[in-house]
Amino acid sequence: MSALVLIELHGSEISANSRAAVTAAAQLSDSVDALVLTNDAANATAVASISGINTVKVITDSSLEHVSAGIASKLIAGVMSDYQYLVAGSATYSKNIIPVVGALLDVQPITDVCEVKSANTFVRPLYAGNIMATVESCDTTILLTVRPTAFEHSEDGGSATLEELSVSVPESNSTFVSLQESQSERPELTTAERIVSGGRGLGSQENFALIEQLADKLDAAVGASRAAVDAGFISNDYQVGQTGKVVAPKLYMAVGISGAIQHLAGMKDSQVIVVINNDADAPMARMADLVWNTDLFGAVQELIDNA
Amino acid sequence: MKVIIPIKRVLDPYTQARVDKQTQMVDLTNAKMAMNPFCEIAVEEALKLKESGVASETIVISIGSDKTVDTLRTALAMGIDRAIFIKTESDLDLQPLHIGKILAEIVKREDASLVVMGKQAVDNDNNQTGQMLSGLLDYSLGTFISKFTLSDDAQSIEVSREIDSGIETRRLNLPAIVTVDLRLNEPRYASLPNIMKARSKPLETIELSSLDVDVSPRVKVISVVESGTKDRAAKQVSSAKELLDELTQMGVL
Repeated sequence: MSALVLIELHGSEISANSRAAVTAAAQLSDSVDALVLTNDAANATAVASISGINTVKVITDSSLEHVSAGIASKLIAGVMSDYQYLVAGSATYSKNIIPVVGALLDVQPITDVCEVKSANTFVRPLYAGNIMATVESCDTTILLTVRPTAFEHSEDGGSATLEELSVSVPESNSTFVSLQESQSERPELTTAERIVSGGRGLGSQENFALIEQLADKLDAAVGASRAAVDAGFISNDYQVGQTGKVVAPKLYMAVGISGAIQHLAGMKDSQVIVVINNDADAPMARMADLVWNTDLFGAVQELIDNA
Repeated sequence: MKVIIPIKRVLDPYTQARVDKQTQMVDLTNAKMAMNPFCEIAVEEALKLKESGVASETIVISIGSDKTVDTLRTALAMGIDRAIFIKTESDLDLQPLHIGKILAEIVKREDASLVVMGKQAVDNDNNQTGQMLSGLLDYSLGTFISKFTLSDDAQSIEVSREIDSGIETRRLNLPAIVTVDLRLNEPRYASLPNIMKARSKPLETIELSSLDVDVSPRVKVISVVESGTKDRAAKQVSSAKELLDELTQMGVL
């Protein structure tokens, strides 16, 4: 009845989604282990401090820093005989790997779990979160990715045992070439307490810079609607919505966003929603706690000056 | 090289999904249906590969009841060469593992060296099928791609993947499965002459029951509810100072 949590590391930094996965795993099993795939065993030591983990299993190989889904899934499948559950936080890292593990183990994984109802029953969103489905897994091994916004993030305070696994890493049929990292001094989008998000209404990449200035003033992360990404105002990793990131900050400030279903899906659980728009009839306004119908640019500039 | 593009017919993404009170399932009767937007991008990419001489033949596959043929015809009208229709009972709930197994059969039969497909379908939002297909076939995998280039020796492809930390570039040996993200391209519309031409393009029908694939459900849907988006108070403000004061009072600044 043990659960294994796949930990996502960036260098030695633990992704917040992995802490949510530990919490979800603890709801399923009294015995939670973690698995780390890394190029440097030293990176795994921080994982042992996450509360709720018994043993951190570490597989180290120089190729694992930018591991392919094919290799990661084979390594994971190789240790799953000891576990009934594999849990990971929803992110591009896990969504790339977990379904491949499912194929290798002949298991149907469940994506984006928002609630654990019982040992094999879960709630997950369909149709951009407009429908919530309660689903029951018929598999004996259960593979889950869980929404990081739906589970508490397990904090430090544990002292798990570190166990290095010696396994040979198979040959990969793909090779890492490069990573163009998004450089940002701002808080990370999915874990930020405040987000200032811009939409098509901003009109240009130059104008979108106002959103970034306001975000800096409020110590907030920057987000964007799909329309703003499609228009080339900002890169896709800032996209909030059904096919982008799902966020639930304390404050979500939507500027020039009309509020397509797909965008609402990604931010509707925010605690306080502010809408600044020049279109009083946009669907976004119904979602708002506070609405300012006005000229966008004047409003954002006034906020930058007063904040 | 032969390119296979699996596509899915879904509820039109601009339509609100509703739950049928009687069946307690999402109501799709008389609903407006469309090709999954990510599948359109996959079709477009395959057409570009054909136009640039990389693809020798483009083949779309879809799995479903009779109406699925409409979606296949749409892809043919966009310019795809031929279609394979895997026909199922109308109420069959197929999951990504099943779809992956069905697609694996066809990819092997066709001996295709590249599969281009959407990263997720906007109905079930699973984001799994391409990954599972790569696991079943042990083909290389590039998920969430926003750029695609064939190597000079035509033995591998280079893809840019949109991941949480930025853009990762990987080289994939062929055969490969790629799943496409939004920014890869802008799908074309089918022209009227091409819609007419599509009617005479080859469309092969295969009964699902003729394939050796176990389709017993692995995940059962117990119930569905409309989560809706709760309307909020929408208090109007008229100045930056007023807005900031409100936010401070709410304790979110």
